[in-house]
Amino acid sequence: MGLAVAAVIGFITVASTTSTEQSGLFRHLLPMFEKQGGVQVRVVALGTGQALDMGKRGDADVVFVHAKALEEKFVADGFGVKRFEVMYNDFVLVGPKSDPAKVGGTKDTVAALRKIKSAQAPFASRGDKSGTHFAELQLWKMAGIDIAKDKVPWYRDTGSGMGPTLNTAAGMNAYALTDRGTWLSFKNRGDLVISVEGDQRLFNQYGVILVNPAKHPHVKKDMGQAFIDWVVSPEGQAAIAAFKIGGEQLFFPNASR
Amino acid sequence: MLEAILGGLRLVATLDLRLWEIVALSLAVSLSAVALATLLGLPLGAAIAVGRFPGRQAVIVVLNALMGLPPVVVGLFVYLLLSRAGPLGDLGLLFTPPAMVIAQTILILPIIAALARQAVEDAWREYEEQLRSLGVHGLRGALTVLWDIRFSLLTAVLAGLGRASAEVGAVMIVGGNIDGVTRVMTTTIALETSKGDLPLALGLGMVLIAIVLALNAAAQMIRDAAQRRYG
Amino acid sequence: MNGILPLRLERVSFAAGGRTIIDPLDLTLEAGASTVILGANGAGKSVLMRLMHGLLAPSTGRVAWSSEGPRRRQAMVFQRPVMLRRSALANVVYAIDAAGVPVGQQLRLAREALQEVGLAYAAGRPARVLSGGEQQRLALARAWALHPEVLFLDEPTANLDPGATREIEAVIKAFDVAGTKIVMSTHSLGQARRLGDEVIFLHQGRVAERAPIDRFFPQPASPEAAAFVKGELPWA
Repeated sequence: MGLAVAAVIGFITVASTTSTEQSGLFRHLLPMFEKQGGVQVRVVALGTGQALDMGKRGDADVVFVHAKALEEKFVADGFGVKRFEVMYNDFVLVGPKSDPAKVGGTKDTVAALRKIKSAQAPFASRGDKSGTHFAELQLWKMAGIDIAKDKVPWYRDTGSGMGPTLNTAAGMNAYALTDRGTWLSFKNRGDLVISVEGDQRLFNQYGVILVNPAKHPHVKKDMGQAFIDWVVSPEGQAAIAAFKIGGEQLFFPNASR
Repeated sequence: MLEAILGGLRLVATLDLRLWEIVALSLAVSLSAVALATLLGLPLGAAIAVGRFPGRQAVIVVLNALMGLPPVVVGLFVYLLLSRAGPLGDLGLLFTPPAMVIAQTILILPIIAALARQAVEDAWREYEEQLRSLGVHGLRGALTVLWDIRFSLLTAVLAGLGRASAEVGAVMIVGGNIDGVTRVMTTTIALETSKGDLPLALGLGMVLIAIVLALNAAAQMIRDAAQRRYG
Repeated sequence: MNGILPLRLERVSFAAGGRTIIDPLDLTLEAGASTVILGANGAGKSVLMRLMHGLLAPSTGRVAWSSEGPRRRQAMVFQRPVMLRRSALANVVYAIDAAGVPVGQQLRLAREALQEVGLAYAAGRPARVLSGGEQQRLALARAWALHPEVLFLDEPTANLDPGATREIEAVIKAFDVAGTKIVMSTHSLGQARRLGDEVIFLHQGRVAERAPIDRFFPQPASPEAAAFVKGELPWA
């Protein structure tokens, strides 16, 4: 970014989520797009709710988040033009090596959550209305547990982003739901390891939407659309697949052909 | 803990162009805010110190209270102003360094003005009679005193600089912490901490403290030299 | 151009904090004779000086000069000189500039004033590092730079040692000879005798006596002044 790209013709503002930014995906992906088109992409990373809010206010040209229901509502309400699927990553359930709820090695997240409840093992939640938080609440619902009703002492609502929540989990030796990307770059793991992974229900779909110029005339629709087109193109999809941390692929491109 | 600190220093020493860009931006933003707030705040404080008008005591109380403005509140306020959905949205300033300068200027203006007011009011007791005898009144007298006590006003300016370079709430909200565009030292430290990269965060923190320390030391030397020269 | 003298105080009084400091008095100051205002501490000398100079507004009555001019025609030197953190020369220039003198003439007038009080050697020095006596001489230079018609001096040597006092008195005498009307307050009998042509004796906010210097010394007419001269009235 500081090492100047030849002929930058302009920039767009993309509202995305902290977990996506912190995974390092954008630092890998964006220079490729900028080099071929000369459009600088500025990413503001917030929680999913805030990112969509930014789109509604017209402070962003494109939103790039992972909360399908909210995204579809965003388009239905007229704030976005069209939703394109881009990629998915997955969540993992991390927990202490000592595994007090005995959930290690299983692929069934829902069963694991039930075990955590009966063992009353500590669990750290983001509690910040983010995509991850949303996904976590869905899983509790699937397990038949109304986690909001029983304000149980073993369930800790940190009200913060993925990193700080993991910090808390590591400090408390608690279980937590996290996206794989944040986990792979997280350096303060303490005694935490991956307890549950690979469950279909842990897959996390990303969508990208152009903010509606009809609602916000100043939106840079040509450059924004160019970005979207690139991200779902074979070139962009290959770039996403090529992003690895410690040899592991984080995001799996699945834009519809 | 010691390992973390040493690790941090090592990382920082080997870090690349990106780090120095972040440092440069931090200094540019905070020093600009200090310059603006000083330009506006010193005369404002002097005018309040010397002026006599109804409600003066209330103004002083409010000004002093505003020194404690929470950075995140200022950030939110400026965000709402500069957002496209807000009154100044057409300026397109949101998520740019100028927006960060605006927010920090608002944040530290009360500090500089309030401290200047106190300093000028104290000095005015000494100067007032003589200046009025020479036919110097009102704002002109206030500015004369302001200039005469300029070296002790350095404390007010440094207080503003300290607040600006230390805060993260305002610049995070109005700047958006955009990689390569609006990322400064404090937001980087917050980011690295939340990513769990504590040694790097610590290392950056130490760089930040070292810079502020150096600026303060320089200011102190200037003040001492002036004291010896002008009496 | 008409002179600003005589100065007339008509039924002037001053009260502050519930206390009357100056009782209603009538006073006229004419050109020529140097006037010394004598009195014990607390008699009201400083307040009277400030009323005449215009730093204080009278509670009743009025202070009337005979004419108003575009330039400052009266100046004041205080017991403690207040100098700006600049050179001695710059301090004098500041006062000249404040009076609206065109920039081209300012330096010349300032240097002349410093020369007059014998401070030419200190022109470039920071004013605040000068000695007490030098600073007071600088205050005199600053006050005199515009050649005022009236020069008020409020106990100008009260804080100085005898050597510095002599220097200041010499400068004041020189101004007097050059034609400036001197109005000076002091509680030193010797100084009054050395510098004054007439004495106004102030006692508890009233003019107890007013007389030419050789009628006042050796024997004042009023009992309060007599007691003061005999050293029995150190304060009012």
